[in-house]
Amino acid sequence: MKLSIQEVQYVARLARLEITDKETEKFTAQLNDILGYIDKLNELNTAGVEPMSHAIAVTNAFREDKIVESIGTEKSLSNAPDARGEFFRVPKVID
Amino acid sequence: MELNQLTIHELQEKIKNGEASAVKITESVFQRIEAVEARVHSYIRLLKEEALAAAAKADEVIKKGEIKPLTGIPIALKDIVCTKGIPTTCGSHILHNFVPPYDATVVEKLRDAGAVFVGKANMDEFAMGSSTETSYFGPTRNPWDLERIPGGSSGGSATAVAADECIASIGSDTGGSIRQPAALCGVVGLKPTYGRVSRFGLIAFASSLDQIGPFTKDVEDCAIMMNVLAGYDPKESTSVPAEVPNYRQFIGRDIKGWKIGIPKEYFVKGIDPEVSAAVKKAITVIEKCGGKCVEISLPHTQYCLAVYYIIAPAEACSNLARYDGVKYGLRVSDSRDLLDMYKRTRMQGFGAEVKRRIMIGTYALSAGYYDAYYGKASQVRALIKRDFEAAWKKCDVILTPTTPTPAFKIGEKTDDPLQMYLSDIFTISTNLAGIPGISVPCGFTSAGLPIGVQFLAGHFEEGKLLQIASAYEKNADIEKRRPKL
Repeated sequence: MKLSIQEVQYVARLARLEITDKETEKFTAQLNDILGYIDKLNELNTAGVEPMSHAIAVTNAFREDKIVESIGTEKSLSNAPDARGEFFRVPKVID
Repeated sequence: MELNQLTIHELQEKIKNGEASAVKITESVFQRIEAVEARVHSYIRLLKEEALAAAAKADEVIKKGEIKPLTGIPIALKDIVCTKGIPTTCGSHILHNFVPPYDATVVEKLRDAGAVFVGKANMDEFAMGSSTETSYFGPTRNPWDLERIPGGSSGGSATAVAADECIASIGSDTGGSIRQPAALCGVVGLKPTYGRVSRFGLIAFASSLDQIGPFTKDVEDCAIMMNVLAGYDPKESTSVPAEVPNYRQFIGRDIKGWKIGIPKEYFVKGIDPEVSAAVKKAITVIEKCGGKCVEISLPHTQYCLAVYYIIAPAEACSNLARYDGVKYGLRVSDSRDLLDMYKRTRMQGFGAEVKRRIMIGTYALSAGYYDAYYGKASQVRALIKRDFEAAWKKCDVILTPTTPTPAFKIGEKTDDPLQMYLSDIFTISTNLAGIPGISVPCGFTSAGLPIGVQFLAGHFEEGKLLQIASAYEKNADIEKRRPKL
């Protein structure tokens, strides 16, 4: 076992996911299966291989610094579960 | 033949000759939907009123003689591309009420080309899945056998075409999500080169892998769709400003003298014998067309799936961090504080597969594990890309099975994620290397399930794929069947 139940709970906290005890148990088994499979990669010696992040050589995509039409506040807030005025409203952050 | 059963190019002829109107075509599609949709479930949302209005407008355009490449053609959109004013759910509870304030670039392009949008097609939640079973809105069924999955994640886009509930459709492909369902549903599906089609307005899953592409009833239609979809978009920083050929010119050209690479790693134990036989038959057809088949090796093939299941979840956990109940989508009420709201919203809003991948990705990127997982996977990814670069020195195009098996039963693999992931084993390398791939029907199993053959080519060589696929389609003499529904 690579991952313990406690580690799965810790990862869930990092990922901002609340998971039930039943899910924790199931995920622990499944994640261990998947990570066990991924261990295959350690068969390969990759010393000196440059890691690849994109398939096509991309350079920074700059455009001219010109103001173009944007969506605007009203539309940007139109999907918000709780909007007030020009703001997204959220529950209190700290007591 | 009913109008809804025809291809884009057949309908274009009928429109030009005055034998069919856009309204009649659209009505024929919706009649079919009424007859079969309850059993197949291709769509999350139908747009009947909007479609009929768009078709009426198309008929005015036709009367004026201003016909565009897709005027009056009913098209389905995977519910992962944003449609202005029309809910776009990505198959998820967390976006069940999301109404985009803008159109994806592909939606704009299709509309400008005259397309009529039929509806938003069902999909695995956030495109994570190979069976369309993880959709919050319930599974899609394979029209060839309603007890089987259609493939995924673009399952609804594939079944809508296969069941004649539209003429062509749009899907997205991160590890096979266009080609695998195309193969399992008996239609044509193309994943273009990374950077060929703009992803502006595509809800992101794994940004270094995602591409948008078409599902069609034949290869010529695929070329017609690519003519509309391909091209640089200043709004999408990874789209590539490379010249776009007229893809239709490649249809009907021969492939005499072409070298076709057959990677030995794709013909190993575990492939269904009927799939293997159909693909071997496809090889003989290609040779009859004048292609020369040569054995090649892509030695890192066996590592593709492991690389993918680090890279894709790592990128996904970052992309999906935005679903936090603040800006759009679901928010649970009565939270103690902000953190509690985040956690409970994401618990209720995401399904099990999405949570699983967020967990894998978060773990793989977490302190102390980054080098061992993400770093290592990115290095092996470079080796996989090198495999293809070496292969292009020996062949023009590569031929493989699209999937190791035909469509499996609904529920068969839902409790075993690793088995589910293995159904994408032949399609994933394409996304890792960023190259284009097409799946074309190559026959049926004795139980009547479709089988697909896949062709792969180098970056921006979609033309080659269309050329070999159309040569194959013309000479393969595959029995024309339609699913009995």
